[in-house]
Amino acid sequence: MAKVTFFRERCKNCGLCISVCPKKIILADRESLNAKGYHPAHVLQMEKCIGCGFCATICPDCVITVEK
Amino acid sequence: MGEKLLMKGNEVIAEAALRAGCRHYFGYPITPQTEIAHYMARRMPQVGGVFMQAESEVAAINMVYGAAAAGKRVMTSSSSPGISLKQEGISYAVGARLPAVVVNIMRAGPGLGGIQPAQGDYFQAVKGGGHGDYKLITLAPSSVQELYEMTVEAFNLADKYRGVVMILGDGMLGQMMEVVQFRDEEPISEPAKPWAATGTGMKREHNTITSIHLDPSVLEHWNDERQNQYRVIEEMEQRFELYNTDGADVILVAYGSVARIARNVIKAAEREGIRLGLLRPITLWPFPTHAFEHVMPQAKAFLVLEMSAGQMLEDVRLTVEGRRPVFFHGRMGGMIPTVKDIMREVHEIIGTREE
Amino acid sequence: MAVVAQRPHALRDIPLHYCPGCTHGISHRLVAEVLDELGIEGETIGISPVGCSYNNYDYFNCDMVQAAHGRAPAVATGVKRSLPDSVVFTYQGDGDLAAIGTAEIVHAAARGENITVVFINNTIYGMTSGQMAPTTLISQVTTTSPYGRNAKDHGNPIRICEMLATLQGPAYIERVSLHDIKHIRQAKKALTKAFRLQREKRGFTLVEMLSTCPTNWGLDPVESMNRVKNEVIPYYPLGVFVDCEKEG
Repeated sequence: MAKVTFFRERCKNCGLCISVCPKKIILADRESLNAKGYHPAHVLQMEKCIGCGFCATICPDCVITVEK
Repeated sequence: MGEKLLMKGNEVIAEAALRAGCRHYFGYPITPQTEIAHYMARRMPQVGGVFMQAESEVAAINMVYGAAAAGKRVMTSSSSPGISLKQEGISYAVGARLPAVVVNIMRAGPGLGGIQPAQGDYFQAVKGGGHGDYKLITLAPSSVQELYEMTVEAFNLADKYRGVVMILGDGMLGQMMEVVQFRDEEPISEPAKPWAATGTGMKREHNTITSIHLDPSVLEHWNDERQNQYRVIEEMEQRFELYNTDGADVILVAYGSVARIARNVIKAAEREGIRLGLLRPITLWPFPTHAFEHVMPQAKAFLVLEMSAGQMLEDVRLTVEGRRPVFFHGRMGGMIPTVKDIMREVHEIIGTREE
Repeated sequence: MAVVAQRPHALRDIPLHYCPGCTHGISHRLVAEVLDELGIEGETIGISPVGCSYNNYDYFNCDMVQAAHGRAPAVATGVKRSLPDSVVFTYQGDGDLAAIGTAEIVHAAARGENITVVFINNTIYGMTSGQMAPTTLISQVTTTSPYGRNAKDHGNPIRICEMLATLQGPAYIERVSLHDIKHIRQAKKALTKAFRLQREKRGFTLVEMLSTCPTNWGLDPVESMNRVKNEVIPYYPLGVFVDCEKEG
């Protein structure tokens, strides 16, 4: 099992994490905005996460913490 | 008493810096001050210091910025064109509150100008020189002995006020040789520098050395602090010499090499029964307003002598404020004012008064 | 579960001001990760440039010194010569290093100054909104080459790594890219080696990181990464140009 945590308020919805996730489980949270006015990235199907860390590697803002 | 040596002005500046605890010097060759770099190149390795010839004066002043940021006593020297190149770096160092000593051994300008002595960089030195509201404590030695004493003092002032201090000499002072009486012990007062970028050692918050503040209210507050500090400096750090000014028919106002010529003028005038005095600014900034207030009651007239078109002249006029007539005699291009020419001015000044 | 990826200690826990998807954030994190992994944050002094990352003195937890535009290598020289046992790095953009600062970088390299230069090449001036830089590619449109850069009027883009590799001073020069996971990991390896060689007092080390500028390129962050792969790398080939450990 693996888990990713998003620091919602730091996300700028740049889409890079979404573009590299091998499991395609990251998406922008269309339901809400963070204080900067971005739809922050998040994961709904956490069970599919393999903890590869690709998202955290490419995130320019240290939004993502990965546990495995 | 320390050693007593016959030495060249430029070399005395370098030796004085070493005695003041300076162990970092970054320079670039330019006549008429390159002996400072030669001396440092020989001596710094002997005292475990760093001498570096940079690729340009611009690089040199930025190396000074780095060493000062690391909390070291550091100096650079150049001559007029090179000092123009360093203005941006000096403004940055002031903006980052970095102590450093910058020596300008002036030569004739503008442009490549000439290599003979001149004083045409006065405005650049005392009115800030680079961008922004700032002033540099500017010391004007008039002898090789003063080159020694003022260089040591410059380091103390730089640390005392955490700013850049300029020594404003000229080619004559730099190239001449005179006897220097060194002290055994130097009056070094180097404070601790907890603000310096030396590495946190993981024991403290990080230090940041910077001159940029995008928030205008923060930058204005920073500038207010500087201006308050400048008021203190203008009150506390004025240095000048008054010679023979009581009852003088005309008070000569001259600094640096020209003050030496003024003394010869005073002697020549005495032979003609004319009493002249000398008001010699030693700090060009803070400008010695106290000296003028002191002599004003019995002063009759001032004759400003410069190797320029008249720059300190403006500060004299600002200080005298029309209370007495202010006259001027100057030479440019590297030409040296002569006693004969100055005496002709004196006669005109005195002559006009007796008609 | 153990944490496998998180913010490095050497990167302060504050928001970065960079545009969404700008790879500055990645290169900052890589530098901080290397400082953590080599355990050198406490002995490191970083030099900030003038450009988008002018205020990265706020972002790193080590002591930082902000330098005038292009002068970071000279400031770094002043710091390193004052503190020979410290670790000193400059972080510079292509306008800072390859335009106004070419004299400083060439002479720091020629001196073999024992510093590490993190050179961010995004082929444009970012902070001042998209002007042509010495690294701008031929035919690239910028605010000061609105009809596309052409060699006749604007000269040719400068390959800094290749230029510096002709000097005797450098110990290690590599050009890397940040456009995908594999290359980001390679960039970190290069950076680790550069800092290691500095600590071993081997001399001048520089890592050029091909980076993006979505805002001024007029592309979204993902498209920008593709531009690096498809257009920038062909002109700025990746690889090691100097390696003192290879020459034996």
